[in-house]
Amino acid sequence: MKIAFTASGDTLKSAFDNRFGRAEKFIIYDTDAGTYSVLDNAQNLEAAQGAGVQAAQHVVASGVEALVTGHLGPKAARVLFTAGVTAYHADAKTVEEALAMFNSKALKPLKDADVEGHWV
Amino acid sequence: MRVAVASGKGGTGKTFVTVNLARTYNNPILVLDCDVEEPNTNLFLKGDLINERPSTILVPQVDESPCDGCRICAEVCEFNAIAVIAGKPLIFEDLCHSCGACATFCPQDALQEVEHVIGTVIERKSDSIRLIEGQIHVGKALAVPIIRDVKKESEKADEDMVLLDSPPGTSCPMVWTIGDADFVILVAEPTAFGLHDLQLAVETVEEVGIPFGVVINKDGIGDDRVEKFCTRHQIDIIARIPYDRHISEVYARGGDILEEYSYQVLFENLWQVIQQKVESQEVIHA
Repeated sequence: MKIAFTASGDTLKSAFDNRFGRAEKFIIYDTDAGTYSVLDNAQNLEAAQGAGVQAAQHVVASGVEALVTGHLGPKAARVLFTAGVTAYHADAKTVEEALAMFNSKALKPLKDADVEGHWV
Repeated sequence: MRVAVASGKGGTGKTFVTVNLARTYNNPILVLDCDVEEPNTNLFLKGDLINERPSTILVPQVDESPCDGCRICAEVCEFNAIAVIAGKPLIFEDLCHSCGACATFCPQDALQEVEHVIGTVIERKSDSIRLIEGQIHVGKALAVPIIRDVKKESEKADEDMVLLDSPPGTSCPMVWTIGDADFVILVAEPTAFGLHDLQLAVETVEEVGIPFGVVINKDGIGDDRVEKFCTRHQIDIIARIPYDRHISEVYARGGDILEEYSYQVLFENLWQVIQQKVESQEVIHA
């Protein structure tokens, strides 16, 4: 299965980004192959509004089954949950650390958004 | 005639000036409280409720049967208000700016624009003062459509004077409020903070191209920097409201400061100055 991690860089050593919609990158990790690719989120970083909605669409389009991030707003949650993506909250410093937490089943799925929307 | 009361900074006394101008006007007057995120003119200009109606914007609604999930609606949306997931559009009403592009470009005619309530327009009247205010609903982000609705009410007004209480700041809600005014009153505090935001407000009003003057409120605190700025830019200071503890006490009780004769005169004089300014402007334009 494929999992998306919010990151501020291109590798597993990169810092884990607590933000979802305005994360710099998404690391898409393939648990079967043990490989990963990088999804750039620069366009949404600059978005005036609706960054979460857009980012969620991109993450869904990448074919992941799970997302590991810091916090998730209500609009992004609606998109992800509609698409059947499970979102997990992690308190990690690096992507590697978040991946290890995921693998050890230390992360609990978010049932709902855990932060409020940001208004323009 | 339309007179707007604005400021860069919040809490400078826009509502105070509005309320007292309304009370000193000798003929029927319509007051529009366009500060829809925090309308508080009603705390002072209390009146009988005449009308209350919802303020709405148009947002798309999906008819799922003809929709084939082509994503064109999401692609044309400049506001990220539509996501297409599992072949069906998800609409985020709170992000929608009612541009209508999605419904226009939908090849399947699967999107219909429907009304979505974002606020309330309330009308009150007491004696010769009629007050119409907009109230944005909690959690909604678009102030301008409500301001537009409030202003629409003034198009069919019988009153020959319309006074607009503007939201603070210099962004869209303020520009929409002052846009068609004959004169703008900028209320400023004589402090460093007050000057900073006054400068932004002056730039905006000059850009919109409306004659304006400055009312210094809490005159006596701070220093002379607002005064110097006005002199340097040949901006008229059209009134000075003193820093007076008595005003705060009466205002905090919701009372009427005009019972004090000197303040009655101050606001009557302010009306005279405004009327002269607008008339001289009309002469220039003629």
